[in-house]
Amino acid sequence: MHRAGDGDALHLVNVAQAAGGEEFHAPGPADFEFPPLFGEGTFFTKPMLIIVLGTLAIAVLFYLASRRAALVPAKAQFIGESVYGFVRDGIVADSIGREGRKFVPLLTTMFVFIAVMNLAGIIPVLQLPASSKIAIPLFLALISWGVFNYVGIRRHGFIGYFKNMMFPPGLPKPIYLLLAPLELFSTVIIRPITLTLRLTLNMFAGHLVLLLTILGGEYLLIEKGGALAFASIVPFAFSIILTFFEAFVQVLQAYVFVLLSALYIAGALADEH
Amino acid sequence: MPTLALILVVAEEEEPNPLLPHLSELIVGSIAFALLLGFLSWKVFPVFEKTFSERRDAIEGGMERAKTAEEEAKETLAQYREQLADARHEAARLRETAREQGAAIIVEMREKAQSEAERLTEQAHQQIEADKSQALNQLRTEVGTLATVLAGRIVGESLEDDARQRRVVDRFLSELESRADSGATSAADESPKSRA
Repeated sequence: MHRAGDGDALHLVNVAQAAGGEEFHAPGPADFEFPPLFGEGTFFTKPMLIIVLGTLAIAVLFYLASRRAALVPAKAQFIGESVYGFVRDGIVADSIGREGRKFVPLLTTMFVFIAVMNLAGIIPVLQLPASSKIAIPLFLALISWGVFNYVGIRRHGFIGYFKNMMFPPGLPKPIYLLLAPLELFSTVIIRPITLTLRLTLNMFAGHLVLLLTILGGEYLLIEKGGALAFASIVPFAFSIILTFFEAFVQVLQAYVFVLLSALYIAGALADEH
Repeated sequence: MPTLALILVVAEEEEPNPLLPHLSELIVGSIAFALLLGFLSWKVFPVFEKTFSERRDAIEGGMERAKTAEEEAKETLAQYREQLADARHEAARLRETAREQGAAIIVEMREKAQSEAERLTEQAHQQIEADKSQALNQLRTEVGTLATVLAGRIVGESLEDDARQRRVVDRFLSELESRADSGATSAADESPKSRA
């Protein structure tokens, strides 16, 4: 695998395929592992390249969108403002309310960052959702976790925050025996894990399915040949349909991640659970 | 974690575990995200917020202007209404004056007609008077003529004394009267008796 340094996932898999001979190998977790781009010993891999390129692209595009800000927006400005306004008015205003204003930059950045990392999965040449690497959803979930716990503790005090969380008022006393540990467990431990896994595995599975259809079609077309070469049209057609579906899922997952983060913050700020 | 365990069991030994984060990716991702957040919060989002609030101001300014215009329109309408009411008042006043003047004119005319009638009546009276005097004058001339006739008679008889003369005159007059009586109504009967 160390000779593949061109950064193209399909090509990499192709090389692996050729090594495997006639047998068709279904794509697996190994397809998400990449060697360093600049040779042995360096650490910079394809997912990192995607992270860097995506981040730069976001920064540049948003900067261009905001550079000539006018009351009547140009197209770029309108798109940028729409994304920002979507998080600001569509997510934060509805879930947190007026005091959510200060979380808008974080949540907007999160939304755009996740969306772009996801969409890298269907952008030609890149063709890898960087967020299928668990490291990215993990640190984002940790940021979300840190923020909602921090604002909760700052609002209600350390004890008040956990009391609010574990002992919602208006329930019969024995219930708390069961509820308090469950609430603590779900808020403090389950939330970041589900945030991480939901995003990672959606992207992971989506990419796997896309790989399967594309590699399957390729296998039929090249390795089998003959009459089966015509049958390759089916997996290829599926790959195109699934690409559109993936685009939808990728944006949706970014939305879900940010919406849940906003709801967690709103819950931590609320006076009663 | 059961999921992790399951995947660990299913995965072949050399298969990498997708649930284990790579430290390098974690670091690169975190730094990229932090830089992005910093840059966007510093350069981009404030501009958007500013534009939003400016746009809202512009819209609110427009509404403000519309409100001002509405108030002005209302004021103008009130002024027009006031003027209209004034005009109506004025018209009513004029009508009232006209009515009063009309009534005054009628009274005046009536008085005038009255006086005219009186004048005419007076004139008629005068006319009658004049006619009467004219008739009397005429009568007198006739009386003169008759007197001449009478004088001839008197001259024919000898007038010795006053008594006789008076008798002649009386006789003449009574003759005159009886002559007038013969053509006149019975009402004239009294006059010769009173004179006699």
